[in-house]
Formats: sequence, structure tokens, C-alpha cells
Amino acid sequence: MTATVFARNRRRAELSLGLLVVAVTVGGYVLVALANGPKLPPDLYALLAWVFGLYLVAHLAVRRFAPAADATLLPIAAMLNGIGFVTIARLDKTQARTQSLWVAIAIGVFVLTLIVVRDVRIFERYRYTCLFLGILFLMMPVLPKIGQAKFGGRLWVAVGPISFEPSEVAKVLLVAFFAAYLVDKRELLAQGRIHIGRWYLPSLRDLGPLLLAWGASLLVLGYEQDVGTSLLFFGVFAAMLYMTTRRPAYVIGTLILLVVGAIVAYKAFGHVRVRVHNWTNPWSDPLGNGLQPIEGWYSLGTGGVGGTGLGLGQPWRIPNASTDYIFAAIGEELGLVGTIGIVAAFMLFVGSAYRIAIDATRPFTKLFAAGIATIIGLQTFIIIGGVLRVIPLTGITLPFMSYGGSSLVANFALLAILMRISDDAARNKPDTARTRGGP
Amino acid sequence: MNSGIRRVGLIMIGLFVALIAQLTYLQVARSSQLASAPGNARRIGSRDRGPIVSADGVVLASSVHTSDEFRYLRVYPTATAQLFSQIVGYESLNLGATGVEYTYSADLAGKTFKLQAHSLADILATKQVVGTVVLTASTTAQQAAADALAGRTGSIVVLDVQTGGILAAYSNPAYDPNLLVTHNTQKAEFAKNLMLLDPANPLLPHAWGEIYPPGSTFKTVTASIAIQNNIDVNKIFPFVTEIPLPQTNGQTLKNFGGERCGGTLLNSFIVSCNTTFGQVGFDLGDTFASGIQNFGVQTAPPAEPRSGIYPPIVQSTGPDPGTFQHNQPAFMQDAIGQNQVAVTPLQMAMVAEAIATGGVILAPHVVDCVLDPNDDVVSRVPVQQYRRAVDSATAATMTNFMLQVVNDPRGTGTAAQIPGVQVAGKTGTAQTVPGQRPHAWFIAFAPADKPRFAVAVFVDHGGATGGTDEVTGGRVAAPLAKQVLQKLLTTPAPPSRCGDAQPGNTTNGR
Repeated sequence: MTATVFARNRRRAELSLGLLVVAVTVGGYVLVALANGPKLPPDLYALLAWVFGLYLVAHLAVRRFAPAADATLLPIAAMLNGIGFVTIARLDKTQARTQSLWVAIAIGVFVLTLIVVRDVRIFERYRYTCLFLGILFLMMPVLPKIGQAKFGGRLWVAVGPISFEPSEVAKVLLVAFFAAYLVDKRELLAQGRIHIGRWYLPSLRDLGPLLLAWGASLLVLGYEQDVGTSLLFFGVFAAMLYMTTRRPAYVIGTLILLVVGAIVAYKAFGHVRVRVHNWTNPWSDPLGNGLQPIEGWYSLGTGGVGGTGLGLGQPWRIPNASTDYIFAAIGEELGLVGTIGIVAAFMLFVGSAYRIAIDATRPFTKLFAAGIATIIGLQTFIIIGGVLRVIPLTGITLPFMSYGGSSLVANFALLAILMRISDDAARNKPDTARTRGGP
Repeated sequence: MNSGIRRVGLIMIGLFVALIAQLTYLQVARSSQLASAPGNARRIGSRDRGPIVSADGVVLASSVHTSDEFRYLRVYPTATAQLFSQIVGYESLNLGATGVEYTYSADLAGKTFKLQAHSLADILATKQVVGTVVLTASTTAQQAAADALAGRTGSIVVLDVQTGGILAAYSNPAYDPNLLVTHNTQKAEFAKNLMLLDPANPLLPHAWGEIYPPGSTFKTVTASIAIQNNIDVNKIFPFVTEIPLPQTNGQTLKNFGGERCGGTLLNSFIVSCNTTFGQVGFDLGDTFASGIQNFGVQTAPPAEPRSGIYPPIVQSTGPDPGTFQHNQPAFMQDAIGQNQVAVTPLQMAMVAEAIATGGVILAPHVVDCVLDPNDDVVSRVPVQQYRRAVDSATAATMTNFMLQVVNDPRGTGTAAQIPGVQVAGKTGTAQTVPGQRPHAWFIAFAPADKPRFAVAVFVDHGGATGGTDEVTGGRVAAPLAKQVLQKLLTTPAPPSRCGDAQPGNTTNGR
């Protein structure tokens, strides 16, 4: 089998899986409409054309610019995005209209990333630009005039009518920087230069920029009171440090920092205390702060195993159902069958991303892909875990599903980078790719 | 680096598995608790529910569209709201649910698998499939029961002898469920609190939710056990006014009104002679205690969830087998339906049914079937045997006994005679607290040669009128049984929406 045949098979699989995605999305949309009466939605064909068209654009772009890339990532992302869209449309028609535009923009950014980033090592070369831009994006919400405070956190930026979360863009850039920096310094970090007894510690000079970037990003986030993103960055950087050096000391050190940070945040920020109380006992304030977590649980419990059916539940009872709580809204109408399906889809996506990292040939691309896999996986865990009350709720978006443009754009950009890395690996080592991957 | 990536990947899988575990906990283990939590407004509202219909086709409950956030309001039509309140129950936003509304909630909301599978085409075509629940109870029978009681506190139960279906289970006072399902939850709660303050407790279905001493109607059970255990029916019991109670300081068991009576078992049954039956109870001993279990007393009551009866039937009580040795006077009083014996009105209807069917008690149920939107039967409550009380020969003898109670001029139940129809019955006048008026009872079935209806009438403390001495089962309760039976015998049975009557495989054993 030649490399081109291999690539063609992957793209065929991607296209046929895409048809399934279109069918599920449009079918779900129709079911929601039928729940309100025996009439098909008036915009059915427009939606069909829109969903099919966007998927086709993304698929053709992959065919053209990354033909040997993994076949499952795009269909999984599109499926999650489709189910998310159906849920948003079921909750709020106006939001759905905005979201449909954002999906188009996100696909545009996806295609653009595939075109512009012909080699992901461009991030390695411009690592300090990434760092600078990343921190700039992080600081945007606190800047006067354009910064906005919403939902107990200052993490929004408004330019004209459009407001977005710059931390979503920053996360792409900062993961790139950390991958580049860690790969560069990995031996020094792994072995250490200073000896104290049996311990070998990396010198401050090697660790310095890392800690600086890390500290700065966390400080900014702390100031913006965006606990979820802070937690996300903490976790991703700890994972990346560990993957580079394989020294558990980093993980332990990060955990200590995390605990200290958590205690400080608990003492310093009122809204963090509220979140912790909501986690431990939301029933102490059922109609105030506890309303959202309680309604989320009611949604999931009412859904049970089979769910109420699309359009037949009452997920609108949860405050912010389309953003932070979209998972609970889905759980009410699609039940355990739907929620486990979605968790499985995320597992598949993240697993594929890790496999791409393992297949990647160069250290930087390897770590970059693994970092992207970790950030998407961890973000999914943090928000779903928050909704399920496995951990305290921190308001971040569910990748590909939640209402919100910046998250969607950032995650599709990450998807494009993963596709690029996968394509590279398959082309440089077709033998490996053929035995490991394939549709 | 690969091993590090794999390890982080494994940790990630661990995190996702934790999510799946918590999801399973929430959506399986705690699902029903969360779904029915008092604060969860999703329990109802916004979901259409099918109607509940009486056996004769009258809509007793239905959902109407509203413009508020709950989208649907449950409505119980005024004419039948109170009449069926304790059978149909209610489903309230804030006060939970009871009755058929509770037991058949999933069917009404169209949530059962059977209903979904049955109407696959409708699911795709219309908005929501709902089920129609058809009761065995009819407005004719319920109304006849309510009319007969005429405001007196008490219960009347009528059973269909062929199926065990409850035709009527009405008790006074009843309540208006519309007050409890209003979307104004504060008003609903206030209404419920008012009902709870009422000492007569209208929210409790007394017909199967409360137990009372059955008095002499229980002699039907005692006589049945005696005949079943081969008592000599020609034995002459002494004509006395009272007999001594053993193990006491000279206390006695007296006949009603100080009468002198005795003779054969039949003669004693016709005039309801306490001294004879006290002696029979003593002679039977522990056999009596095990015999009453065959009738469903002092044993697990019927508890089939698909019967639609809710709250569950409470257990009728009596003596335990093996306790006779130390409890002889109690057994003698138990034999005439006093002391340890206390039963639900439904239980006494089941006693009459046992004799009518030739010895078998059928599982009582108030729901007949569930219909899909096309009126096709989705599921039907089967006719089942609950217990065999006595054999058919004993039942035949007892039928004759009960006929004599109504037909013999000396009988206590002559007030239940219906021209042209043979009625078999037994009266009961149960002592309660000294100085208080007794409870008036009557159980019967008719027609005696080809039984269709078994009935139990219970009037709490004999109703509000008449002096203490004037209250007897024969005088107060028997005419009510006659009134109900007459109405039912002259009203043609409506065609059942559930299809042909199911032949009970255990009925007509004689």
C-alpha cells in the first residue's frame, strides 16, 4: 500500500463519518422541533446545507493540505459540535444563530491554520513571540475600556459588538511556548545542575523563564478571578513537565503549589468560597448560589438512563445551561446513554491526540501534540467534573460543545494543529502510521 | 518521552472513568430520587399526561394546555373530582403524587417501553405519546355508593366477582384534588394543610387504608373455618344469654341486647348468636388463627403494584397461630369480630367474594388496562388468584347460610332483600369504645345463584343519627347494600374499552 492510497482511505473514512455527523445533527434538530408540534422546522434545509457545507469545506481543506492526517479527529469534533449546537438551539434560538456564525468562523480558522501552519516547528522558532502574545492576550480583560467583568470573573474582552475570552487564544500560544521551551531545556531540567545531598535540582536560570511565564499567567488569571483557566494551566504545565522529564518531583511540586494556590484563592476571593460551598453543600442555599448545581443534578437525575427525549425535558431551568452547564442539559434529554457517549467521544478524541503525539517524530511536535491532548482532556474533565460535582465548579467551556465563539475558534485551531502533526508523522514514517493508525 | 505521554494518557483515562462513575451514580442509582425530589419542578408540568377514564367511559382526569411555564395543568372534572379522589389521587407540583396518578404515572406520561414500542409511528408523527388508563371502577357504582352513604362517614366497596376488579371503593369524606394540583403551590400547600387538620382525614382512602373491628360480619369467616374443618353442622349449641370467658375473673361473652340464643351453627348464624360463635372460636383454637390467614387477615395484604391501588392496602389484623393457649378469651372475642380482629372494608368485601366465587379471593385491582392513543390495549391487569379461602363445598354451605340471613324472617339482614334477586349477606354491629355508638357493617353478594357483585358496607359509628341502641348492621348498613346492589343490577354493564372481560381461570369453582 502506498502512502497516497493510505491517505485516500483515511479521507474516505473521514467523509463517510462526516455524513453520519450531518445526519445526527440535522436529525436532532428535527426531533427538537417535533417535540413542539407535528411540524418540520422552517429552516431545516438551510441548516442541512449549512452543516453539510461547513463539514465539506473542512474536509476538502484537510484533503488538500493535510491528506494523510488522522481520520477520526474531525468527525468527533464535528459530532460534539453538532450535538452542542442542537442543544443550544433547543435552549435559545438567538444564541443558536450567533453560534452558527461562530462555527463558520471556527471552520475558517481551522482551514486558515492548515494553510498557514505548514510546519508546526514555526511555533518552536517563534516561541518567545508566542509567550509575549500569550501573556498579552491573558492581560487583555484587565485593560481599561475593552475589558469586561461577567459571571464573577473578569475574563472577557469587548471590541464593538463582539466579546470574546482571550484566555482561550492564550492557551494555544502558551502551550506552544511551553512545548518549545521544555524540549529545549529538557536535559537540564531532567538531570539538574545543582546537587543538594541526593537531590539534583535544575538551576534557577534554566527554570526561571518557565516559572516566570507560569507565575505571570497565573497571577493575571488570579486577578481576573478565572479559577478554571488557572487550574487548567496548572494541570497542563505539570503534565508537560512530567512528560518531558519523567520526574515525579515536578508533579508533587505542582500539586503543592496547587494546594497553596487553592487555599490563597479560597481566602482571597469571595466567589471562590461560594464555588467551594456549592461543591460541598449546594442545598444550604437552594434558591440562591446553590440553584445552578442543584438544577444541574436534577437535570441529570430526571434524564436517567434513556433521557426525556430531545425537546421534551426542561433543561432551561438551569442557569447558563448553554455554556457552563450544557453537559447537564444534554444529560436530561439524552440520558446516561447520551452523556456516556459524549464522555466516550472526548476520550476517543484525546486518546487519538495522544497517539498522534506518540507517532510524531520530532520532540517538539511530540510534546506540542501531547500538550494539546492534555489541555483538551483536562478542560473537559474540569467542566464536566464541576457539573457532576466531582470537583468544585469553575466556569470554563466544554470544548466544541458550549455556546461561545472564542472557545470554539481556539479549539478548532488546536484541532488543525493536531491534524498537521498527524499528517507530518504519517508522511515521514508511513510504515509506522500504516500499522498503527488507519481508518 | 513516549512513556511519559502514555502515563499522562492513562491518568487522563482515570479522570474520565471517574466522570463515568459519577454519571452512573447520578443517572442510575440516584435518578429516581433526584427526578422526584420535592424541589425538582421537572417532575411534572411541561409534559402531557393521558386521561384516567372510568370503566363506563367518563374522563376522571385529563391534562389541559396552559400558558404558564408548566405548560400543562391536571384537571379533575367537578362532577367526579370528589367521587373518585381517593382512587385517582393527584399529581401535584409540590405535594407529590398518590393514587392511580402515582402508580400509573409512567404509563400516563407515555414513558413505558411498551407504550413507546406500541406507538413508534406516533412518536415520529406527533409530539408525545401518552397513555390512557382505564379503571375497573365505574361512575355508576361510585355514585351509588356515595348516594347510599348520603354524607355518613363510612366506606362502601363493591367487587366484580368475575375479575376481582374494584367497581367502587368510596369513602366519606372525600376531597377535591383540583385544590392540590394548582400551579399556585402556596395555595396547594394551604389546601393540603386544611385537609390534614380535618379529623376525618379525607386524604386517607379509608376503604383500604384503615382497619376497624368487623363485628358479626366476621362470623362469616369463623363459620367458614369451622365448616372447612368438619364441624358437625347438626351440633346443638346451648341456648344461653352469655358464656363465661376462661382465664378471666368471671367475665362473660354476652349476646347482643341480652338475648337468649343457640341451636345449630346455621341457626346461630341467622340470628348472629355471639355465645355460639364464641364457643366455636374456643373449639377451633389455633385452627381459627391459621384459617383467617386464608382469607387474607393477619397476613400480607395484596400488594401488586400494577393493581393501581395506592396508598397500599393496610394489613387486616387478627390473632397469630400458636397464641391460643395463653389468649383463650381473646380468641373467643376474635371469633365474633372483636378484640384482636380489625379489618379494612375492602377485606370484608373480599370475604363476601370468597364465598361468592366458591372459595377463591381474586387479587383486587382498580386499573383494568392502559390504552395507546389509538385506543389499542397496551397492557392489561391480569385476573389472578390472591388466596384460596375455603373449598367449594364449604363456600356452597356458606352461601346457603348467608341467604338465610337475608331471607329468613328471623334473620338480621332482611333489610337487604331485593325483589326478584337472591341476596346473600351478613350483618355486623361492632362495639368500639364503651359509650360510643357501634360501627354498622353489612357484607353481601348477589345474585346468589350466579354472583356478579360482592359488597361491603361500613358506616362509622353507625352514622350521625339515631340513638346508640338503634345502631345495628341490619338496620343501618343492610339497606345501603341493598340500594347499591339494586342500582348495579338494574344498570346494564357498559362495553369495556379494554376488550372482552377476561375469564377468570379460578372463578366459578362450584
